[in-house]
Formats: sequence, C-alpha cells, structure tokens
Amino acid sequence: MTDNNALFEYLLRLGDNSLILGQRLAEWCGHAPILEEELALTNIGLDLVGQSRLLLTYAAEVEGAGRDEDMLAFHRDTQAWRNLLLLEQPNGDFAKTIARQFFFDNFQYLQFEGLCQSKDDRLAAIAAKSLKEITYHLRHSTNWVLRLGDGTTESHEKMQIAIDELWGFLPEMFDMDEIDTQLLAEGVGVDLAALKPRWDEVVNAVLLEATLERPEDTWSVRGSREGKHSEHLGYLLAEMQFLQRAYPDAKW
Amino acid sequence: MDVVNTDNEWTDEELEIAFQNKVDAEQRIEPKDWMPDRYRQTLIRQMSQHAHSEIVGMLPEGNWLTRAPSLKRKAVLMAKIQDEGGHGLYLYSATETLGISRDEMYEQLHSGKAKYSSIFNYPTLTWADVGAIGWLVDGAAITNQIALCRCSYGPYARAMVKICKEESFHQRQGYEIMMTMAQGTAEQREMAQDALNRWWWPSLMMFGPNDTNSPQSAQSMKWKIKRQSNDELRQKFVDATVPQAKFLNLRIPDDDLVWNEERKAHDFGEIDWVEFKNVVKGNGLCNRERLKARVDAHDGGKWVRDAALAYANKQKLRAVDAA
Repeated sequence: MTDNNALFEYLLRLGDNSLILGQRLAEWCGHAPILEEELALTNIGLDLVGQSRLLLTYAAEVEGAGRDEDMLAFHRDTQAWRNLLLLEQPNGDFAKTIARQFFFDNFQYLQFEGLCQSKDDRLAAIAAKSLKEITYHLRHSTNWVLRLGDGTTESHEKMQIAIDELWGFLPEMFDMDEIDTQLLAEGVGVDLAALKPRWDEVVNAVLLEATLERPEDTWSVRGSREGKHSEHLGYLLAEMQFLQRAYPDAKW
Repeated sequence: MDVVNTDNEWTDEELEIAFQNKVDAEQRIEPKDWMPDRYRQTLIRQMSQHAHSEIVGMLPEGNWLTRAPSLKRKAVLMAKIQDEGGHGLYLYSATETLGISRDEMYEQLHSGKAKYSSIFNYPTLTWADVGAIGWLVDGAAITNQIALCRCSYGPYARAMVKICKEESFHQRQGYEIMMTMAQGTAEQREMAQDALNRWWWPSLMMFGPNDTNSPQSAQSMKWKIKRQSNDELRQKFVDATVPQAKFLNLRIPDDDLVWNEERKAHDFGEIDWVEFKNVVKGNGLCNRERLKARVDAHDGGKWVRDAALAYANKQKLRAVDAA
C-alpha cells in the first residue's frame, strides 16, 4: 500500500517537470527562427502542459487536501516546486533550448517507458499516453542537435556552448532519494540511477554523430527535490501566477 | 460572346475575356490557368497580407501565454496560437502558387512594403483581451473568410474552407472566456467591459474602408475575389455580435447603435477613420514592436536556418558517396 505523501511528492515531481518546461517553451511563441519551429515548439509545449495537468490533477487527488491542478500550479511558491533545475533554466538561444530539450527528452523517454510498467494503474496510463508524445519530442530535439552540431561552424559552436552550459544540471536527473527508493520498492516508481547507462549510450551516440564533444563531469548542482532552486524559478512563477495571485476570488 | 481560337494565338484581350467568362461561370481559377497580371498581383497582395496577419497575430495573444490564469486556459491558448501558425503556413503555401516565394513575402513584410491586419497593432492589456480577440477579432475574420470560401481563386478558397473550421472553434473559446469573466467577480466584469470597449471599433475597422471609399473593391468583386462588400460584411458582423454582447450583459461602446426595424438590421455609429488611418500609417501602440519582433525572430534565426541547410547538403553528399 503506497503511502499517499510519498506518491503525492512523486507525482508532483513529474508534473512540475512538464509544467515548467512547457512554460519555458511558451515563451518562444512568436519568436522562433522559422515558422515550422514556431509550430513545433508550441506543439511540444502544449503536450507538456497537457501532461502536467494529468499529473497534477492526480497528485491533488492523492493529496486529498481539496487542491486541484490550478491550486498546485498557481498557489505554490518557489520552495514548494519540485521540477528539475535543468528545466527552469532560461531559453537562451535556440541551441540552448534544443540542448535542454534533448537532454530532458532522452531522460523523460526512459523514465516514462519505465513508468508504463508502474503498479499504479493511473500513473501507468498517464505514462503510456505521454510516451507517445515524448517519442515525437525526442525525434525533434535529436534532429536539431544533429543539424546544429553538424551544420555550420557557427551553429556547431553555439550547440557546444549550450551543452557545456547545461551539463552540470544533468546529474540531478538520476539521483535517487528516499521517496524514489520507496516507490521503486513498491513497484510504482522507476530506478532513475539505472537509467543513466542507457541515457549515456544514446546521448553519446548523438553527440558523436553531431561532431560534438561530451563535456567532462567537472561540476554539478542539485537541490530541486528539496525545493532549492536557481534564481530563475522565482521570476518564472511571478509571471505565471500573477493573475491567480492578484485575483484570488476569481474563476477563469 | 464566345471567343473563337482559330490559330492558337490568343491575344491578351481574348485571354482576359475567356478568363472573365470562366469567373462569371463560377469556375475556379487554378495556379496553371492564365490570369490577368493585375488579378495575380491583387491576390498576392491580399493573400500574403492575410498570411502575415496570422503570424503577427500570434504576438498579441502570445503575450498572455505565460500568464494565462489556469492550466486549461493556457493549453487552449497554446493550441489556438499553434493553429494560427498553421494558418500562416497554409496561406503562404497558397500564395506561393501565384509565383512568389515565402522569402520574398517575408522580405516585403519586414521592409514594411506588405501590410498585415492593423488590429494586431493594438496591445493586449488584460486577460479579457484574449477573450475579446477570440470573440470579436476572430469573429470579424470569420465573417470575412466565410465569404472568401467562394473566392474565384481555387487555392485561396480551399485555404479558407480549411481555416474557417478552426477559426469558429477559436471564436467560441474566446466568447467562453468573456462569458466566464462577465459572470465573474466585479473586477472581472470590469475587465470584460473594458476589453469590449477597446476592441469593438478596431474589430469593425477590420472590414476595411466604407464601400464609397474602397476603389479596388469593384474590380475585386468583378473578379469574384471578393464576394461581398466591406459594408455588407461589417453589417453582418454587427448584427451577429450585438445579441452576443447582450447575452453577456455587456454594453457595446456605441451610442448610435440601434435596431432598425425597417432595414431589419442595426444602425451603428461612424467609425473613426482618422484613427484607422493613423494605425495603418504606423502610429498604433504596437506597430514598431510587432514588426521588430518578427524581424528579430527572422534575422536572429538565420544561423539556425543556415545550419539546417548546411546539414541537409552534407546529408545529400553523404548519400551520394554511399551509393
């Protein structure tokens, strides 16, 4: 029998990941380098917001405290958020957005592939639906890593810089804390540490084909699961939550 | 009179008569058909302006995407903006059948030679504006576009059929935002009324100048590019929208608006054409920002497009080497 607090926390992590990245992608609207990418980035962002709604709704039900997806999205402050640090990083240039997406899509693919086998039926169903979308996201970001890495000298440089800038945010993805361990033992969650070799294999292959260098593991930052975020999240939330905070009595 | 083609040598005059006969017979003109150069140019101007409007139109609504007040509203708005990008793509393709490239059209937009709908030079100041845009701006667009579904140029007419289906969906969504707000708190009601106040007249301006001041209209009607006059379409929109505003219990900002039993239509006040011209001329609140956003996205994205091209060329060479 899963302890509700642990499951709530676990679902929150998954839902927050999708929502914060979806929010970042929404910022691209109207500013993408080509119309086709305008469509693709909005499309991926929309998928992610959709995933977050399923996960946060479920999380709120598990919590049983009368909250819903919007209470969770719009009425939690920075330290209550559980999204990976990688995902709250600013969009930067197109290469940075693609690097962030590529690293996460690969991780998310493996994680959700595992979650499809979850003993929690509802989580398994959400994962199965999401995995189809993630497969598409992964193809998109992989293709762009190849195009930018193996494109022009300028794009190659920009892609390499983007990878280097984000590299230290990646180890956190594979951390296992008590909640992860507990849910893994119950057959609900995924062994994140065990995903690392497969993630490495795919990422290494793409970087090689894209003529890009895999950075040395010289730095890493962590803390999102304890609510320790970078300074970027506060601004993101201030913008995202403004209306709900300013007019708390309103229904939209 | 039928044109008799004796030796396969058609004069331009004969071709033009044959063309007009075809138009009059309600036959669609297709890309490979002969068409008068002015017909081609008129369509390029109108269709590319339409495509540009879809793309620039992503900006005022995109302005609220990160601030949408619920996850559902965020998702719906995202889907809508994505549709608009798709409409832009579709219209650029349709315009390309007339022998102009998307790059040339971008160049015309970015240099200011080609226009986009002046409505998008108004700012979105509150969330209610997103509702008002869906309800009024998309509503006006649909009124126009339904008429264009019977346009004489096949690719344009077909694009309109496809686009109208999605647009009506957007309009209902916009109206639903307004409805929620009109029935919400006092502050929300105020926002909804304020949005209607600011978007009403600009929406009426979307139909263009009065018929008496629209010199190109007659030719467009003759060519059946246009099927109904500006004023006819505007009237249709007003008559459809007034009851919708009533249902919301919101007031349309026009003291002269009154039902005319004799005409079975609404009389309404005179549009401020000075403001209209002013915004078209570049003096709207957002003209510069909108254009700059597009130019920056395009120029800033050049290295990305260059990379995609370089990569595609390398892949082609590799395929040849491998063969």
